[in-house]
Amino acid sequence: MANDQDKILDEVTSSEYKYGFVTNIETETIPKGLSEDVVRLISQKKNEPEWMLEFRLKAFEHWQKMEMPQWAHLNIPDIDLQEVIYYAAPKQKPTLNSLDEVDPELLDTFNRLGIPLEEQKMLTGVAVDAVMDSISVKTTFRETLAEQGIIFCSMSEAIREHPDLVKKYLASVVPVTDNYFAALNSAVFSDGSFCYIPKGVKCPMELSTYFRINAANTGQFERTLIVADDDSYVSYLEGCTAPQRDENQLHAAVVEIVAMNNAEVKYSTVQNWYPGDKNGKGGIYNFVTKRGICKGVNSKISWTQVETGSAITWKYPSCILMGDNSYGEFYSVAVTNNHQQADTGSKMIHIGKNSRSRIVSKGISAGVSNNSYRGLVKVVKNAENSRNFSQCDSLLLGDQCGAHTFPYIEVDNPSAIVEHEATTSKIGEDQIFYCNQRGISTEDAVALIINGYAKEVLNKLPMEFAVEAQKLLQISLEGSVG
Amino acid sequence: MLSIKNLHASINGKEILKGINLEIRPGEIHAIMGPNGSGKSTLSAVLAGRELFEVTQGEVTFNGKDIFDLSPEERSREGLFLSFQYPVEIPGVSMVNFMKTALNEHRKHQGLESLSASDFLKLMRERKELVEIDSALTNRAVNEGFSGGEKKKNEIFQMAMLEPKLAILDETDSGLDIDALRIVANGVNKLKRPDNSTIVITHYQRLLEYIVPDFVHILFDGRIVKTGGKELALQLEDKGYDWIKNGEE
Repeated sequence: MANDQDKILDEVTSSEYKYGFVTNIETETIPKGLSEDVVRLISQKKNEPEWMLEFRLKAFEHWQKMEMPQWAHLNIPDIDLQEVIYYAAPKQKPTLNSLDEVDPELLDTFNRLGIPLEEQKMLTGVAVDAVMDSISVKTTFRETLAEQGIIFCSMSEAIREHPDLVKKYLASVVPVTDNYFAALNSAVFSDGSFCYIPKGVKCPMELSTYFRINAANTGQFERTLIVADDDSYVSYLEGCTAPQRDENQLHAAVVEIVAMNNAEVKYSTVQNWYPGDKNGKGGIYNFVTKRGICKGVNSKISWTQVETGSAITWKYPSCILMGDNSYGEFYSVAVTNNHQQADTGSKMIHIGKNSRSRIVSKGISAGVSNNSYRGLVKVVKNAENSRNFSQCDSLLLGDQCGAHTFPYIEVDNPSAIVEHEATTSKIGEDQIFYCNQRGISTEDAVALIINGYAKEVLNKLPMEFAVEAQKLLQISLEGSVG
Repeated sequence: MLSIKNLHASINGKEILKGINLEIRPGEIHAIMGPNGSGKSTLSAVLAGRELFEVTQGEVTFNGKDIFDLSPEERSREGLFLSFQYPVEIPGVSMVNFMKTALNEHRKHQGLESLSASDFLKLMRERKELVEIDSALTNRAVNEGFSGGEKKKNEIFQMAMLEPKLAILDETDSGLDIDALRIVANGVNKLKRPDNSTIVITHYQRLLEYIVPDFVHILFDGRIVKTGGKELALQLEDKGYDWIKNGEE
């Protein structure tokens, strides 16, 4: 039995990352390293207005005084930020009038990733902003959305064309001084998506950003800002992959969400950055700050994430529940295999009265990986009748991996009700055998059990992505139990 | 149907089965009785393909195929069913999903198309009635929170769904009250056909009042030491296992 388990564990580790290809495209990069000049150069490359440059310089100045956070349950190797290239862009014409002008190599890349950019070929009802390395390649369905007053474009364009909105909301949820990686991002971010849903508009299609790191030795620092005005609704998806490379690459993104009165924002992530090989070589270091503010009354922000990639994940999508009766949700499946490490969870800050939040975190660890849940539930003094429910489950595959739970609870209002439940379980050899005896292969049995375990989270994803995510879980854990 | 010749099996180097010989033809019901530790459950586990046990000698053919060439799931798809003594719980996996996956694997093996959702649910309803299992059970996760009796009924329900050629009932009567025992036994009897066979592994004669065997084998210390008709079970009940033990000495 032990042998069998080893054998199958071996199989997992050799299962391939299918997005590991490299696109051969001429890329414009700037010299590696980080300095004030580099920050200025990025801003200049992007033809940014003066105020944006000032924003960056201020962030850079702060960042220089900060230190890399060490509190996570992660073993982070020294990252030499002077070895990173902070701007890399596939060469193409400065402005694109139609898809015909996009480099065919680029189109092909996104096709291979299953993200066709020709609108007629797209999944109906999903608009995509495709970001490769430092720039947005193409945003689809913009005209359709514009008819309803919805702005969906790359961050660079938003800075040029909607400066008032950007000035008003950028860094309003994640201040530039928030943390080391947020400050770094604020200084050097290259692109990302911007989305504004006007009052009373229910966005008719899913909005989606697809991030791809292609160039070697580069970091990706994207910035996403979503603003949902009063009584509006939007569902937003994010996907990401990177080529298989021996060196580690840095990804430090910031996502900010603002939900006004009665607005609802659903943000779903399927994170599949290259996780490194089975010996832990290569892979993306994923340090991401995601935070939403439920600013208005009855507003709602929902985070759903399926995390299967990255060598290191450091990520805590959070909600500031400022409006009365506001609601925050965090649903997560985080898978770690081989040498992957994840320290992920959520923060729910209850400020408004009757604010409610729910955290459902499902960790799955295999190989020699480490998977930690870290979460904070904070109820401030005036947040009458706040409620939180947290459920943190860990599933272990094999006996060399680790699962950890670090819940922090701070309650300053006696009327609050905060509940935390946690379980740890293991896929048993007897469960697998039971399935085998009914004619189900071990692979299928593991998939059945994993999907059953993660069901509550997967159900939260939009349909097409739930299916994708299910497959992804299966691939990430292929045969990890004997 | 099943032919076992000189089967030896051990766990961690300790020999449990010490030369089993058994021939089962289509339509027959065989009971295997024996005291604790005689190797009854080991026999069923070895037949089902549990890797915990090492087969050191002997051969077993099932429908003419060498059973040791087949993985556990292939044995199942070939028509071998084990009703577990202790069915495991699989949280999060719904009975419907589980059963559909299993049944479609069997159908694929037989070269049949997968059942449509509605046909599948219809079949499930039919079989539930046949084995008198509570509808609510099949709406839950596999065995999760089931009582001992419910778990056993669920085993028979799965047997009804998969229609095996050979069913091995491992201590299906243990932990059952008399009503549950009757329901389970009725289910087994209703599923009986001239072309399928059953092995009933049990401690007590009680179950054999409901499922009447054609042959009774007494297993002792890894060997079948006595074979007879259904009356052998009664004899055993009367005299106890000491009778066998003493007979051995």
